[in-house]
Amino acid sequence: MSVTTDNNDLSLRMAGHFRDIEPGLAKGSPEILNTHRKKAFRDFVAQGIPTRKSENYKYTNLQPAFSREYQFLHEKTEKEFHLEEVFKCDVPQLDTHLVTILNGWFYQEADIKGILPENVILESLEKVAVMKPELLKVHYGQLADTEADPMVALNTAFARDGYFLRVPKNTKVESPIQIISLLQSDCDTYVTQRNLIVVEPGAEVTLILCDHTLNLHNYLSNSVTEIFVGENAVVNYYTVQNQHNNATAVNSVYVHQEQNSQANTNTITLHGGLVRNNLKVILAGENGEANVYGMAFLDRKQHVDNFTQLVHAMPHCQSNQLYKHILDDESTGAFSGRINVKRDAQKTNAFQRNNNLLLTDKAQMQTKPQLIIEADDVKCSHGATIGQIDEDALFYLRSRGIEEKQARLMMMNAFSYEVVQNIKVEPLRDRIDELIEKRLRGDVARCHECAYQCDC
Amino acid sequence: MLSIKNLCVSIEGKEILNGINLEINPGEVHAIMGPNGSGKSTLANVLAGKEDYEITAGEITYMGEDLFEMAPEDRARKGIFLSFQYPVEIPGVPMVNFLKTALNEHRKFRGEKPLTAGEFLKVMREKKALVEMDTELTNRSVNEGFSGGEKKKNEIFQMALLEPKLSILDETDSGLDIDALKTVAHGVNALRSAENATIVVTHYQRLLDYIVPDHVHVLYKGRIVKSAGKELAFELEEKGYEWIKKENGD
Repeated sequence: MSVTTDNNDLSLRMAGHFRDIEPGLAKGSPEILNTHRKKAFRDFVAQGIPTRKSENYKYTNLQPAFSREYQFLHEKTEKEFHLEEVFKCDVPQLDTHLVTILNGWFYQEADIKGILPENVILESLEKVAVMKPELLKVHYGQLADTEADPMVALNTAFARDGYFLRVPKNTKVESPIQIISLLQSDCDTYVTQRNLIVVEPGAEVTLILCDHTLNLHNYLSNSVTEIFVGENAVVNYYTVQNQHNNATAVNSVYVHQEQNSQANTNTITLHGGLVRNNLKVILAGENGEANVYGMAFLDRKQHVDNFTQLVHAMPHCQSNQLYKHILDDESTGAFSGRINVKRDAQKTNAFQRNNNLLLTDKAQMQTKPQLIIEADDVKCSHGATIGQIDEDALFYLRSRGIEEKQARLMMMNAFSYEVVQNIKVEPLRDRIDELIEKRLRGDVARCHECAYQCDC
Repeated sequence: MLSIKNLCVSIEGKEILNGINLEINPGEVHAIMGPNGSGKSTLANVLAGKEDYEITAGEITYMGEDLFEMAPEDRARKGIFLSFQYPVEIPGVPMVNFLKTALNEHRKFRGEKPLTAGEFLKVMREKKALVEMDTELTNRSVNEGFSGGEKKKNEIFQMALLEPKLSILDETDSGLDIDALKTVAHGVNALRSAENATIVVTHYQRLLDYIVPDHVHVLYKGRIVKSAGKELAFELEEKGYEWIKKENGD
C-alpha cells in the first residue's frame, strides 16, 4: 500500500504546487490557455501521477522522477538568449528555418519571417494566444485529452508557452523547419512545453525536432504537441532525442488527419535517461495515410517506452508502424502499439511491427501489440520480435576478415537501417546515420559543437 | 599448408568428427566426399572457425601456426576462405559496403593501403565478370533475395575478390543448374595456382568433372575411411555410398 500512499503524496504535492501558482499563471496567461487550465487540473487530480498500475503506464515508472524536488519555470526569463553561444546544431547542409525552445519557452533566433513563405506563422504559442487567439481557438486542446492521460492533464494545467506553426492552404514550405528544444537551468527543473501545428488543406511541411539537455541537472520535461493535418496536406515530423541520463522526458504527440492527407513521423531516440513517447494518430478522413516509425538506442539503465495509438475512423486509410529498439547493458524498453479500426473504417490497411535487439542478458524489452477491430473488411497485421544479433550472420561477416566488433556494428546499423531510410530529408538521414554509428561505437553521439559537458 | 592431426569434434556432446588426419599442400585440390551426416560440413566450419563446436582432441596447423589460436577474421585475413553451403542473408548490410570492408581488412592485414571507392569499384567489376555476376545483385543487401545459384556465385565472387590461399568449398554445387555449375567451376579453376590449395566438399561426383581433384577422401561417421586419386570419385558414383557403408560393417 505504501506505493499508493507515495503516489498520493507526490500527486498532492504537484496539486499543491499548482494551487500555489495558479493565480500567477492565470494572470500572466492568455485567456485561451486559462480556459483549459481548470478542467485539466481537475482531471489531473482525478487521475494522479501515473503509476504502473495504470494500464497505459504499466511499463514506465514515473514515480522516481516525480519524487525529486524541481524548480518550476512559470515565467519566461527575459534575458537575451543567443543560441549560437551555447549550442550549434551541425546537421550539415541542412538549410532549415531554426527556432529554439529553452526550458519550454520560445526564443526566436533569427528573423525567420523573411525566409518562410508568406503567411506561414512560426511563433511563440503564448504570443499567438495573446495577439491572435482566434488562430488557436478551434484547435487548442482538441486532441490532447486531459481525461485520458494525467501527463497531458498536467501539461495543459501548467501550459504557458511552446511553438505555434500554421502553414496556410496550398503552401509548400520547401526547407525543413528545425525546432531545437533545450533544457538548461542552474538547478533541477520541471519543464512544460505546449505546441500546436496547423497544416491547412493542400499544404506541406517538414519539421525536425531536436531535444537536448545542456547540463547535468535532473530534468523532468512534459511536452504536448497537437498536429492538425488538413485535406491533401503532408506533414513530415522527425524527432531526434538526445538527452542525458538524468533527464526524464514525456512527449505526447497527437495527429489528426483529414482526407487524402499524409503524416510521416520518425522518432529517433539516441540517448535519454527515461523517455516516454506517446503518439496518437487519428485518421479522420478517407484515404489518409500515416507512416509512424521509431528507433531507440539504449544502454546502462536507460528506459525508452514508445506508446502508439493508431485510430482508423474512416474507410480506405492506411497506416504503417515500425518501431525498433537496440538495448545494451541493463537498459529496459517497451513498445505498446494499438490499432483501433472503427466500425465505419472499411477497407483499412493497418500494419504494425516491432523488432528488438537485446545485446546483453540483462537488457529487457516489453512489447504489447493491441488490435481493436470493429469493421469487418480490413487488412491488419502486427508482429513483434525480441532477439539477439544473428550469430550466423556475424560469423559470415567475420569469415570474410571483418573484425567482430566491426561486424556487430554492421549488424546493428543494418537493424536500424530499415527505420532510418524512411527519413526523406537526405542530409538529416545521413547525419542520423553518422550519429547512430557514433552511438553504437560507444562514442558520445553529440550532434553539435558546443561545450556541453554532460556525461552522456 | 594445412595439417590436420587426429581431429575430434563434438557438438552438444555428440561426436561428429572422430580422428581426422589430412595433409594439404600448396597447389593441391582435395575432394572430401561422403554421405549426408558424415561430418563434411562440420570439418569445413571448424576450419573457418565457427564457434558452435567443441574440439575434444587433435590439432590443426595452418602455415605453421596453430589454427585454434586464430579468430575467424584472422583466419580469413591469413588466407582461409569458406564458401558457405548456405550463405546467410543479411538485410540492411549493403553488398558493396560488406565487400569493401572485407577487402580493405585483408589489405590492412597485408600492410597495403585501403582502396578508394573508385579503385574498389574497378576491382569489383573485374571479379564480377569472372563469375558472370549480375550487377544488380551487388546493389542489394548481402545475399538478400538472391536465388540459390546467385548465392553460390556470390561466394565464388567473394573468393575471387579476397584471393585466399586455402579455399574450402562446402557443397558449392548444391542447388546449381548445369550452366551455373560450369560458371562457378570456371571461376574456381581460374583462381587455382601453384601457391593455392582447395578443399572441395561435395557428395556428388558431378562437380569433380569440372574441378578436377588431385586427391579424393571419403568421410564416413566422422573418419576418413578411404583416400585415393580422382578415380575414387568415379567409383563412388558407380557403386554409391552403400559400398562404403558395407565396407565399414553397416
